[in-house]
Amino acid sequence: MIRVILPPHLRALARVNGEVVLEVEGHATLHSALDALEASYPMLRGTIRDHVTQQRRPFLRFFACSEDLSHEPPDFPLPDAVVAGDEPLLLVGAIAGG
Amino acid sequence: MSRVRVLVGTRKGAFLLSSDGKREKWDVSGPHFAGWEIYHVKGSPADPNRLYASQTSGWFGQIIQRSDDGGKTWFQPGTPPGEPTTAPDGMPKGESNKFVYDTSAETGKPLTTHQFYDGTQHPWEFKRVWHLEPSHSDPDTVFAGVEDAALFRSTDGGVSWHELAGLRGHGTGPKWQPGAGGMCLHTIIQDPKNPNRIYIAISAAGAFRTDDRGKTWRPINRGLRSQYIPDPEAEVGHCVHHVAFHPSRPDVLFMQKHWDVMRSDNGGDSWHEVSGDLPSDFGFVIDVHAHEPETIYVVPIKSDGEHFVPDGKLRVYRSRSGGNEWEPLTNGLPQRDCYVNVLRDAMAVDSLDSCGVYFGTTGGQVYASSDAGDSWNPIVRDLPAVLSVEVQTLP
Repeated sequence: MIRVILPPHLRALARVNGEVVLEVEGHATLHSALDALEASYPMLRGTIRDHVTQQRRPFLRFFACSEDLSHEPPDFPLPDAVVAGDEPLLLVGAIAGG
Repeated sequence: MSRVRVLVGTRKGAFLLSSDGKREKWDVSGPHFAGWEIYHVKGSPADPNRLYASQTSGWFGQIIQRSDDGGKTWFQPGTPPGEPTTAPDGMPKGESNKFVYDTSAETGKPLTTHQFYDGTQHPWEFKRVWHLEPSHSDPDTVFAGVEDAALFRSTDGGVSWHELAGLRGHGTGPKWQPGAGGMCLHTIIQDPKNPNRIYIAISAAGAFRTDDRGKTWRPINRGLRSQYIPDPEAEVGHCVHHVAFHPSRPDVLFMQKHWDVMRSDNGGDSWHEVSGDLPSDFGFVIDVHAHEPETIYVVPIKSDGEHFVPDGKLRVYRSRSGGNEWEPLTNGLPQRDCYVNVLRDAMAVDSLDSCGVYFGTTGGQVYASSDAGDSWNPIVRDLPAVLSVEVQTLP
């Protein structure tokens, strides 16, 4: 079980209020977790990764267990605590304003 | 009694403004999609309850929203509320925000670059949808003008999109370049008398026309003169801001270019200037009276370096002679200390007996006139910056 915390605008698009819980087979990677997220919430396709290149959108970052995973390769295995559901995978939008 | 519904796109959401035919009291609904840039909202002429909206964000990209009940509820096409989000074969549904350029040799030709600001060639990159133009006859068919400039069409109610690649591939694409707002395809005009003919306009490339439903295209910029490009009379490269027409005369086109208000009487084959006595012929919007094909409206802006109205006065200019002779319309509009802009898609007309004219400003006001511009009243004063205004005349 993977817990994912989306930024507010994506929660609104997905019509969810709190965390999103996903089932991912095997030891989840960034790629497989995002695949599972988009399969459950297809309205999010293209909002996190580019439709064609599958690259992370520039103003989004991925964090887990206080670590920045944004620049890890797609097959990067998520930390054990995330895979166990003890810690969430966070999708964080860049801060706007200032 | 007829009603009107004004569809407003702003920097921070969409708003729907509704009134009866008197157009005196208004109900305001919104913000819809709060916090997102709404470049355009437009209703289907074939089904007024069918609305399409372009929702976009620098963070999350492009979203297409659709309403089938006149804006009460919205959804991303392909995934209606309450329905499973996967198809029976397990594949996810709904890719209404997938705009992929056609690079096939058969249809699009593998065109990969256009001119960038510095004159170098730059790859085509999809950024957002500027304009949505529903078909006159089919609610499920809608065109999308996008940045970087290309024309897409959906025939399934916005569920999926396919490029009409003959436009980008016709040959002049490498000479197109972005304007300050980006290289956007912002105007789409379907000829109501000839379904084979569509006009589009791009900033900064110019106007183009197809006579075979979008398979092949050609530039229609003869007569345009732009001092800011190396060859002022080039075939392409002109910064066209908006084009409008009257449905009864689809061969007569009116254009607000970067500078210059222009007119064509032959479907864009040639243009001549009709700026006449305007205080400035720079501007963005242009529109045509619903019942008087020779009555046109513009909002002069001071200059390309100062995107606000001249002299602190918000004035709509009306010509009843198809250009050249213009009168300022000021009754009800601020005539001092006003420094707003009116963007290219932010004016519309209704088709009630006494033609209504509407426009929105970067200061967040939406003004309405129920007497063809003689007098104006603000429907709302304090919205986010207005990007687009459309109006539906409802039974």
